[in-house]
Amino acid sequence: MQITPEEIAKVAHLARLELNQAEVAQMADQVGAILSYIDKLNELDTQGVQPTTHALAINNAFRDDVVIPSLPQAEALRNGPSQNGEAFVVPKIIG
Amino acid sequence: MELYDQTIHQLHELLRTKQLSAVELTKQVLTRIDQVEPQIGAFITECRDLAISQAEAADRMLAKGEGGPLCGIPLSIKDVLCTKGVRTTCGSKILEPFVPPYDATVITRLKEQGAVMVGKVSMDEFAMGSANENCAYGVPKNPWNTKHICGGSSGGSAASVASGECIASLGSDTGGSVRQPASHCGVVGMKPTYGRVSRFGLLAFASSLDQVGPLTKDVRDCALMLNSIGGYDPRDSTSVKETMPDFTAALTSDLRGMKIGIPSEYFGAGLDPEVRAAVENGITQLRQAGAETVEVSLPHTEYGIAAYYIIAPAEASSNLARYDGVKYGYRNQDATTLLEMYKTSRSQGFGPEVKRRIILGTYALSSGYYDAYYKKASQVRTKIVEDYQKAFASCDALVSPVTPAPAWRLGEKAGDPLAVYLSDAMTICTNLAGLPAISLPCGFSAAGLPIGFQIQGPHFQEGTLLKIAYSLEQALGISQRRPPLAGGHA
Repeated sequence: MQITPEEIAKVAHLARLELNQAEVAQMADQVGAILSYIDKLNELDTQGVQPTTHALAINNAFRDDVVIPSLPQAEALRNGPSQNGEAFVVPKIIG
Repeated sequence: MELYDQTIHQLHELLRTKQLSAVELTKQVLTRIDQVEPQIGAFITECRDLAISQAEAADRMLAKGEGGPLCGIPLSIKDVLCTKGVRTTCGSKILEPFVPPYDATVITRLKEQGAVMVGKVSMDEFAMGSANENCAYGVPKNPWNTKHICGGSSGGSAASVASGECIASLGSDTGGSVRQPASHCGVVGMKPTYGRVSRFGLLAFASSLDQVGPLTKDVRDCALMLNSIGGYDPRDSTSVKETMPDFTAALTSDLRGMKIGIPSEYFGAGLDPEVRAAVENGITQLRQAGAETVEVSLPHTEYGIAAYYIIAPAEASSNLARYDGVKYGYRNQDATTLLEMYKTSRSQGFGPEVKRRIILGTYALSSGYYDAYYKKASQVRTKIVEDYQKAFASCDALVSPVTPAPAWRLGEKAGDPLAVYLSDAMTICTNLAGLPAISLPCGFSAAGLPIGFQIQGPHFQEGTLLKIAYSLEQALGISQRRPPLAGGHA
């Protein structure tokens, strides 16, 4: 299964990853080889088979809509690479 | 036998009867770490001061006659679990500075029982790997032969238990990551049923596959650890309200009435002859203990790897989107736009295997490919689930090898990611079906490398697995063997 460097670059952008040319080429080879192996799944007829996303039948786990203590603001901000005591600070988004 | 080589249950007896203090035990374990860590390299972060203060608190509990089996017992924790105030890296540079503001539920439960944490141990980055060679903080060595891999992704857990650097450990298993390193390092490892143990505070790799599991020196210890960490947690929406029995009650040797299935697909042509011989000998022991065996088939076993290596990377691509340099972890401070910050932080922080799986997963979920890959793999997953349901109609549990061969040499498969994936064939379907499974030592290769024996069971039948495992362990009599590490061993 061939995957082109262009497709890798496009997927990398979706995944917010930056790869140089050599990395894109290597990734195309490696991911291509893996996808070739995965093509094996096409040996199976799965017409009408329900997909499984959860091995156990679990229904929505709800709780009462009651406010309970959660992480204090200072704790929540503590690991921030850049924060101003109220929020995480990032480079300008718009403009 | 040195204290650091003993089991939880042996040490609990010494602690309970005041023949030993928790502080003394912890100090001996820390000395052992000094002795062998230069050869093994299991730890990412050691917590010596914290361990001593936890041991002091445990001694206070013991003095009052409080404290269950884990009180005062030194444990290592795979660096995939959040430990409040203690750095948690997930084996990745992208979380190098991350200090969690909360404990994972399993950690809270261990703390409540007075357990002692000696450190956070090595793992493949974001739990992606089968050799622990993808750790950004160094590769741990197999205590039985330091030129060989420990297995992964809970390699540090397995190595630290086997080498006496802790009495037991917690790891995580998404495609075999507790069972396989346990097998390679000659210890017991269990993956509980999906939903049995809380995932709150477990850094997520693949949310429908991940489970926390213990690695221990014997089966009784495994039961004790499961007792301590399992059970419903309202903070994990996939946690199941299933009763938690006392799993030590399952530990009897008599297997009369037990029906054990032997799945033919796990004994194919590619199986190493020494592994085959050791596992077949194990099966003979189970028959002698009274079990009846029956041949079964899990026809879709050969498609497990292909299905897993779409589903797990797809889920991972979503779970790892949170590592964006905004709220925690590494950020490239030189980036001038938000997009550049995301892309460069992630690309500089993640290792090659992680990037490969994110790319694979993103591709499989992307528009135009979703049906061909993710949906298809999820349909095959259904077929695998059905295989197990049919098999369990005629047996109580399934027995097999854990791995196709013993631990390979360090570096032998580096550069061939697909070859590494293919070695997961025997553990991977268990996670797709959400089933419990246990791995325990059943022999050694001629070169002295451990061989593991796997038992898989229906949902919530950990008791059955522990019963069969205990019986086998008693029959084989090898659970007291320890690796011949320079640094002194009885």
